[in-house]
Amino acid sequence: MKQLGYGILIGISLVAPFVFPEFRTQLSFLWVMVIFALTWDILGGQMGYNSFGNVLFVGVGMYACAVVQRDMGLDYFSSLFIGVLVAGGLAVALALVVGNALLDLRGHYFAIGTLGLGVAAGEIAGGWDFIGAGSGMVPPLYPGPLDSRDLFFYFQLFAVAVVLFSTLRWLYGGRFGLALNAIRDDEDKAEALGIYTTRYKTAAWCLAALFLGVTGGLLGNVIGFIDPKDVAFAGSTFGVWMIIMVITGGKGTLWGPVLGAVVFHVTQELFWTFLFGWQRVALGLLIIAIAVLFPQGILGWVREHWPKDADTMGQAKSDSQR
Amino acid sequence: MSEILLSVRGATKSFGGVVANQDISLNVAAGEIVGLIGPNGSGKTTLFSSIVGYHPVDAGSIVFGDKEITHLRVPQIARLGLHRTFQQTRIFVGMSCVQNMQISAPLSQSKGPASLFAPFPVEATEKLEYLLAFVGLYEKRSLSGGELSFGQQKLLEFAMALMSESRLLLLDEPTAGINPTLIDYIVNRLRTANDEFGVTLLVIEHNMHVIMNLAQRIYCLAHGHKLAEGSPKDIQDNPKVIDAYLGAT
Ligand SMILES: Nc1ncnc2c1ncn2[C@@H]1O[C@H](COP(=O)(O)OP(=O)(O)OP(=O)(O)O)[C@@H](O)[C@H]1O
Ligand SMILES: [Mg+2]
Repeated sequence: MKQLGYGILIGISLVAPFVFPEFRTQLSFLWVMVIFALTWDILGGQMGYNSFGNVLFVGVGMYACAVVQRDMGLDYFSSLFIGVLVAGGLAVALALVVGNALLDLRGHYFAIGTLGLGVAAGEIAGGWDFIGAGSGMVPPLYPGPLDSRDLFFYFQLFAVAVVLFSTLRWLYGGRFGLALNAIRDDEDKAEALGIYTTRYKTAAWCLAALFLGVTGGLLGNVIGFIDPKDVAFAGSTFGVWMIIMVITGGKGTLWGPVLGAVVFHVTQELFWTFLFGWQRVALGLLIIAIAVLFPQGILGWVREHWPKDADTMGQAKSDSQR
Repeated sequence: MSEILLSVRGATKSFGGVVANQDISLNVAAGEIVGLIGPNGSGKTTLFSSIVGYHPVDAGSIVFGDKEITHLRVPQIARLGLHRTFQQTRIFVGMSCVQNMQISAPLSQSKGPASLFAPFPVEATEKLEYLLAFVGLYEKRSLSGGELSFGQQKLLEFAMALMSESRLLLLDEPTAGINPTLIDYIVNRLRTANDEFGVTLLVIEHNMHVIMNLAQRIYCLAHGHKLAEGSPKDIQDNPKVIDAYLGAT
């Protein structure tokens, strides 16, 4: 039953770009949104550490990949491949350094500490000539027709999302997931039981950074132009959306962020098409409506009304317990 | 007397101007149940926190088994098999009882980053179900910690400590705020755990009836000092202890 569900979802995802060729870019962005939401929820939902700085890793990945593509002097696909690896690696390295300083902070202090990350990075990138300073960077052109380019990146991002989802499903079903939840519920108690919370926090943060860095590397190529503040370190769009999507779908669950990303992305595209000029206002109203009507997110609401169904959907954990 | 499991020598701790513990020494032998009593604010919880590494002592030393633990941190000490329960009762409210127990299971010997992702050993499931039954929570095992009553939360916290293979367990007021029937049950569980699993207990308790029956030896603190030590009988008859509790000193 469960396998069938996954099979159908994967099937739909594989044919979607062929059935709706005119929506390929939007569909690629859908996977980006799913990745944004899932990675934000690792800390924000499962571990109870709200981060406003995750966009840092997206931007760093974007620039790292673009620089490799520009300077390595290899063919397009090799340099993209290496670029994406470097993007992920650099994001993780940065997460280690930043995490060392920030992850000792608890609760609101951590949230406030992360607030400056994206802004500072945007300022630095905007003044650094090596990466184009204020005028940004343009990744190399895809060697082929436009629609094959769109297909190529669609499947890249789809693959990253699937790997991320599977990884989290596995991790949340074991000790790692429970340790994050324990940190969320009572960090002192977790330590008192012998859990090295700092290691788990660092691992969680690096995991999010890895996938955000890789995604950033690809995303720079999808967008085709890297502006330091509006694209790379876009705190007021990507940075905020990550959080809204998770809250919409349901914090601290596996499917909630996915659901939230789909709902958010689709409504946002609809607003953009039909309410142009008012789309930001509509988005704001939508956010308020969600906060009032579904304070626990869609999945939280479902769980309240149909507890059984939600459990099979929300938690991979229940598998491992039987 | 059997081997000394915990030895505190001259523990001193102050918070700003308040001296919470002044030159306190005590021993706990393996297999014992030892009581720690004293009026409110006499420094009992502070001493527990120092022992488990929650805050460093200003002076003095703490030895567990044959290991000096004075400067170790909380999780390191916990991994040696020295745990505490909290006066306010602390469990993971958003997780089921089973999950609370799973995360309490000690990691396998293998160290290094890989152990972060280790799966749950199969034996752990049998053990946690046995321990949940031991504290009478087996039927409630899929409820979340937050859905339990206060008394049940205390029992769960105790079961978690047993799950984590405590050799020495420091219990901070295990019967505070509990109805009399459940108190008897908790006392019975503590004694059984001590008998059957060999867990050594150091127990802070305000309920004199409970501690006089449970403990083999008792230490009494007052104003951060060690006031008296001895058998329950000695403590009960000690005029200094009586004065301290009546507020005469
Ligand atoms: N973190 C802290 N900061 C400042 N003062 C503290 C702190 N912890 C304890 N104290 C003070 O140290 C003294 C001893 O407190 P402690 O909690 O150890 O007493 P206790 O014997 O456990 O009391 P009770 O029976 O009420 O639980 C008190 O005067 C208390 O106000
Ligand atoms: Mg106390």
